Amino acid sequence: MSNKIHTSDKPIGTTRRRFLQSGGAAAGGVVLGAGASTAAETDNLPPNVPDWMKAPGDPMGSQPYGAPSPFEKGVVKNISKNLKQYISASGRTPLQDLDGIITPNGLFYERHHGGVPTIDPAQHRLMLHGLVERPLIFTMDDLRRFPSESRIHFLECSGNPGYTKPYGKTASDLVGLLSCAEWTGVSLKLVLQEAGLKPEAKWIIAEGADAAALTRSIPIEKCLEDAMLVYSQNGERLRPQQGYPLRLLLPGFEGNMNVKWLRRLHVTAEPAYSREETSKYTDLLPDGTAREFSFYMEAKSIITRPSGGQRLNATGFHEITGIAWSGHGKIQRVEVSVDDGRSWQDALVQEPVLTRALTRFRLPWQWDGKPAVIQSRAVDETGYVQPTLAELLAVRGENYFYHNNAIWPWRISADGEVTNALA
Amino acid sequence: MRWREICGVVLVFLIWASSAQAQSTYGIGRQATAAEIAGWNIDVGRDGSNLPAGRGSVSQGRDIFAQQCASCHGEKGEGAIGDRLVGGQGTIGTPRPIRTVGSYWPYAPTLFDYIRRAMPQNAPQSLSNEDVYAVSAYILSLNGLVRDDATLDAKSLAAIKMPNRDKFVGDARPDVKR
Repeated sequence: MSNKIHTSDKPIGTTRRRFLQSGGAAAGGVVLGAGASTAAETDNLPPNVPDWMKAPGDPMGSQPYGAPSPFEKGVVKNISKNLKQYISASGRTPLQDLDGIITPNGLFYERHHGGVPTIDPAQHRLMLHGLVERPLIFTMDDLRRFPSESRIHFLECSGNPGYTKPYGKTASDLVGLLSCAEWTGVSLKLVLQEAGLKPEAKWIIAEGADAAALTRSIPIEKCLEDAMLVYSQNGERLRPQQGYPLRLLLPGFEGNMNVKWLRRLHVTAEPAYSREETSKYTDLLPDGTAREFSFYMEAKSIITRPSGGQRLNATGFHEITGIAWSGHGKIQRVEVSVDDGRSWQDALVQEPVLTRALTRFRLPWQWDGKPAVIQSRAVDETGYVQPTLAELLAVRGENYFYHNNAIWPWRISADGEVTNALA
Repeated sequence: MRWREICGVVLVFLIWASSAQAQSTYGIGRQATAAEIAGWNIDVGRDGSNLPAGRGSVSQGRDIFAQQCASCHGEKGEGAIGDRLVGGQGTIGTPRPIRTVGSYWPYAPTLFDYIRRAMPQNAPQSLSNEDVYAVSAYILSLNGLVRDDATLDAKSLAAIKMPNRDKFVGDARPDVKR
């Protein structure tokens, strides 16, 4: 063994460990590698043969479902430790630790209003009634008999993030109530046709089979456009946290309307004006009026690497990457600024670019070691440009609470530390 | 005669077949009965439609609230683990709005709808309709919206005009344009 090799390898190991540490800390998880001694680390490096090649690994069947590597145990949902209660609460996706556009099912963000029910699919029913020719009841087997379809769409909580300080430290703290999956189910339009809509049908009240019996009203146009009754996510059945065995999917609409554990669709002429759509998910303006039925999530983006809580350990090349999305359709382009917003350049947009789905963007970048502020700005196919927080606050005020789609800049200090530039 | 009969039968069959086609493409699912729908449809309209029979008084509601609600919402609805339910009138258009049933909720029947379906959080749908009327009456009385000796039923609950009712507007986004 040569000391030279050990020495030259060490910075790379340190870099990786620091990135893992920052990711683990951001996720509130275990700091990896901190306890490992230098000797133990180098034993598995060239020219030595690593330990994991010297004996057979775990046998087939040791993990019938499968789980991430134990070295990734810090990559978990970001759940606040200071909530008043955890029955009506949310948990965030660790966006800064993920690649691509698909969120793994175990890391998909959660928001529940009455806990996560355990539902026997054999005893679950969907009732469709109200302004229809034939009120119907479906079993899960019934719903799976309909022609199926699969589509990739994001879901985002309407309050992601709020408008007031303290602002979060990491990408997950800021916009982690956002995830994206391939959803499989049946077009709601097909199911509605089966019951026959009456001409006066204008809204559908969707209700969950959870302890909140959460209800939201959906305009009939959306129900007939691209709404889905979903039973599978990323190839497997929905997780309980995502509405097992059945949820509504309304691409581009705020998360809580995509009712989970869906048990009832009530076709009506008027909205329900339920508690969730009057006292909760309404947007309060400075003059005391509040916007109601504000469904769409507008165009938005965030840089996930480098991002808050991470550290650049070397000058020179770094890829800037992040995600962009719009409830109004496809992302047309993403612009990135590396000079505190003075100039903007188009990022490379990774295919596929799908409607109402996360879109991955990248920008090659040479960091000169000087302090910098980096940020991204999404433009969607309607031509809408993601605004700054100042622009939003000027129109909406601090008590608007929901639908904050502001540009979020990251500050990089001379020592490489990345922090929230607006905090 | 015979031909006319045959033609008539064929015509009736064609009409039945075409209407069945128009009615149901896949023939999946079964008819929901009126009793099944009545058991599950707990949606109450903002105008009080579908509110059930029954009534409850403020004084009954005070007792039920103390037993079922106060541990989360406070003895007088001042809020704790659960939302604040009382006060805040006049704050909504200020820099520090306090959103409660009394200051923010636009429709009183929504209170019945929400309590019945979701409260108390540890045992939703356990209160009787009378209990829900009573708790609704108590919360409204704490907000000064009904008298302390009031008893509410479907008609009187729907007749209450909430102070913030006319303050809701449509979605004006996109509201930042370049």
